Amino acid sequence: MTVRSGEDASGVRKAAIGILPFLIAILFAAVLILLVGENPIEAFRLILKGSLGSTNKISDTIMVWVPLTLAAAGLVVTFSAGLWNIGVEGQIVLGAIGASFIAREVSGPWYIVVPLTLIFGVIFGAIWALLAGVLKTKGKVNEIFGGLGLDFVATGLTLYLIIGPWARPGIASTSGTEPFPDEALLPNIGNTRFSPLAVIIAILAILGVWLLLRGTRFGLKLQAVGRNPKSAYLMGIPTNRYILGAFAICGGLAGLAGAIQATGFHLKLVPSVSGGYGFLGILVVLLAGSRAIWVAPISAFFAIVAVGSISLTLRLGIDSAIGGVLTGVLVLFALIAAGLRDYRQRKRAEARPPEPEQDTAPNDAGVAS
Amino acid sequence: MSLELIDIHKHFGPVRANDGINLDVPKGSLHGLLGENGAGKSTLMKVLSGFYTADSGEIVLDGKKIHLGSPNDAIDAGIGMLHQDPLVFLPFSVIDNFLLGSPGSLPLDRKGTRAAITGLRDRFGFTFSLDAPARTLTVGERQQVEITRLLWLGAKVLILDEPTTGISADQRELLFTTLRELASDGMIVIFVSHKLEEVEAICGAVTVMRRGKVVGAADMPVPPEDLVTMMFGEAVEVVERPHVPLGDPVFSMHSVDIDERLMELSDLNLDMRQGEVVGVAGMEGSGQQTFLRGICGLVQPSSGTVMLDGQDVTRKSYRNHLDAGMHYLPAGRLEEGLVEGLTMTEHFVLSDRSTKGFFIDWDDADTTTRREIDRFSIKGTSESTAESLSGGNQQRLLLAMLPDELELLLMEHPTRGLDIESADWVWKQLLARREGGTAIIFASSDLDELLRYSDRILVFFSGEVLAELDARNTNVDEIGHLIGGRTANSGPGGSP
Repeated sequence: MTVRSGEDASGVRKAAIGILPFLIAILFAAVLILLVGENPIEAFRLILKGSLGSTNKISDTIMVWVPLTLAAAGLVVTFSAGLWNIGVEGQIVLGAIGASFIAREVSGPWYIVVPLTLIFGVIFGAIWALLAGVLKTKGKVNEIFGGLGLDFVATGLTLYLIIGPWARPGIASTSGTEPFPDEALLPNIGNTRFSPLAVIIAILAILGVWLLLRGTRFGLKLQAVGRNPKSAYLMGIPTNRYILGAFAICGGLAGLAGAIQATGFHLKLVPSVSGGYGFLGILVVLLAGSRAIWVAPISAFFAIVAVGSISLTLRLGIDSAIGGVLTGVLVLFALIAAGLRDYRQRKRAEARPPEPEQDTAPNDAGVAS
Repeated sequence: MSLELIDIHKHFGPVRANDGINLDVPKGSLHGLLGENGAGKSTLMKVLSGFYTADSGEIVLDGKKIHLGSPNDAIDAGIGMLHQDPLVFLPFSVIDNFLLGSPGSLPLDRKGTRAAITGLRDRFGFTFSLDAPARTLTVGERQQVEITRLLWLGAKVLILDEPTTGISADQRELLFTTLRELASDGMIVIFVSHKLEEVEAICGAVTVMRRGKVVGAADMPVPPEDLVTMMFGEAVEVVERPHVPLGDPVFSMHSVDIDERLMELSDLNLDMRQGEVVGVAGMEGSGQQTFLRGICGLVQPSSGTVMLDGQDVTRKSYRNHLDAGMHYLPAGRLEEGLVEGLTMTEHFVLSDRSTKGFFIDWDDADTTTRREIDRFSIKGTSESTAESLSGGNQQRLLLAMLPDELELLLMEHPTRGLDIESADWVWKQLLARREGGTAIIFASSDLDELLRYSDRILVFFSGEVLAELDARNTNVDEIGHLIGGRTANSGPGGSP
């Protein structure tokens, strides 16, 4: 799964292996749609129309792409450090809470309030991620369990805020807080949700993560820690510090995603503010691996499917979960393909005859361990 | 009945773990298989018990050629393996563990199984209770459960891999009695170990492996130093040792105690001068690794002082030790030294602790890498990943990654698994280092290497420094004696 770009293997073959899971996933979804008695071609057309068919729909899709990309970009960092940051959902939620706090409490011109909401989103998300990191490095709690636990706590915290201290006056309901004042909202264009600022932030995040992993000492050491913590430690890399660093970066980007969700999409704090983009981001990274640039197109595909499949329910009466099935199956087959490739490579390596011995006495062959 | 292994070959990539092994064990014998770690004995036993399939070669049991595709095939053929960590399902009771591994399909025959197991257990005087939860058993009792299970499944050949690790003296006696009894009943027992005294105590014959080959076979008793020589390799008489003048004192450790899980070392003392080479000898697991890891701060000494170049580094962090001019190269080159998937260029960037900048200058790194590849004649390019290099080239890369200025180098098995050319090259580098004033401590299971390159040799035996020898005034026999746990004037003397 930690496939890197620039490996040797004929390009065409590689591309074919890359596309195959995609085709199988489409085919699988098509069969499912046939089984419920609908026309798959029509369904796929509806998905495209529902996500890219109008200015409004395109802007909705972009505003799903942004948080998904941010979360996935962060997850590329933890993935490279060998960490399964399942806590990303909670980190998104905390980012949204941080942004909501500023949006509710600070008033002023938008160019002050909006950056503050984003910064608080980053800080809250990073702190939440560091909790999972400290649990792992100091408490020896696997980050998967720590993160999962913190996800639940985060959800609980949002609910408490929404029906408790931040409840709408008179009616405490789980539909969310009072809408944020206009100056706290992410600047958008016209009547759409489309926010150029959010898109710029997402693109910068991808480029930043790409540069971090590709061009910096920090990123290289992070990858060494991820691939072999023992060797990294013996080389003198303070592994725990790097693990915490990876958590903080991922949490910060996830928090940013949460802040944008709250101030650019829901325009208030709602219980399901994360939109599940954390878990979806994990799927994106399962496909992208450590290749940050790939996060952009894969997230775009996922966003199109997620937004477009809503119209399936409206127009064909098929449950929109078919979109989730499509993406899930895609990831599954991609993983199977990667697994098969690794297996074949290993078999080939094993089948390779041992190196011919040179300059060795007959009873002293180069061998062992 | 007899068990014959004929010309077994098994390689993993470029590593020849088993290279033409022949073994013939007649019925009713207790056969010892000796060899250091990496000698290939575990691989051979895994081939024999169906965990691995050999690349070529035959296994003949009872005159019939058998094919073993899985551990299940092996037990069906009557070959049972007792692992170092007995395979017991801890959450279940003992009797359920038996039922889990019982042959045939459902339904389970609880009553019959209980009777059969009780019979076997009582016959050998084993003490485990059938209804106890397996997690409450000691390692020795788990072993008894496993032996009983293998016998109950009809094993005619019993393989034991280092069976005395972690069990009590009483349990060991009981185990040995049982093994003798099984052999006298006509079973074949193969006893894999590197503990000479145990092999001497129970085995009727012994085969010694080294570097993937059988290097010797003999009927017991054999003088222990002969066995050690077989395990550790012949040492060519060193005619001329280059005289390297030693420099100022650079390293000292006084009354150091180190505790690492099962290994306890106490009252360690060593003083070294610049350019001095100290070899550490001993059977695998006699404390050498703990010794080295304690010196460089990977394990913190519980008392005593460690000084390097005038600095007190006692109980400082491992990174402090690196900063003070120490370096540790572990035996597992790919496991603990290099990072799989990263290129040589990336390794050189990682190992360069003095350049600080945030961004990496890849052109510069590439130039450095090409220069080092040239200087250390590593076969590969700057884009080669660590795992694509052969063992010899991995070791060259590790040496190339060492900082230029080094006060003390700690190294485990500098040449294990290397062909002679690479081994010579490694030592040429190390000797150049010592001439530059670096003190070197290396652990090795190669007598020739120990005698040829050390100024002094420390011999470890079960967690103790048994002797500190001047390499000029010792010989293979003396070291062999000591490695086997006998001080110079005890035990049955007389070398050939």
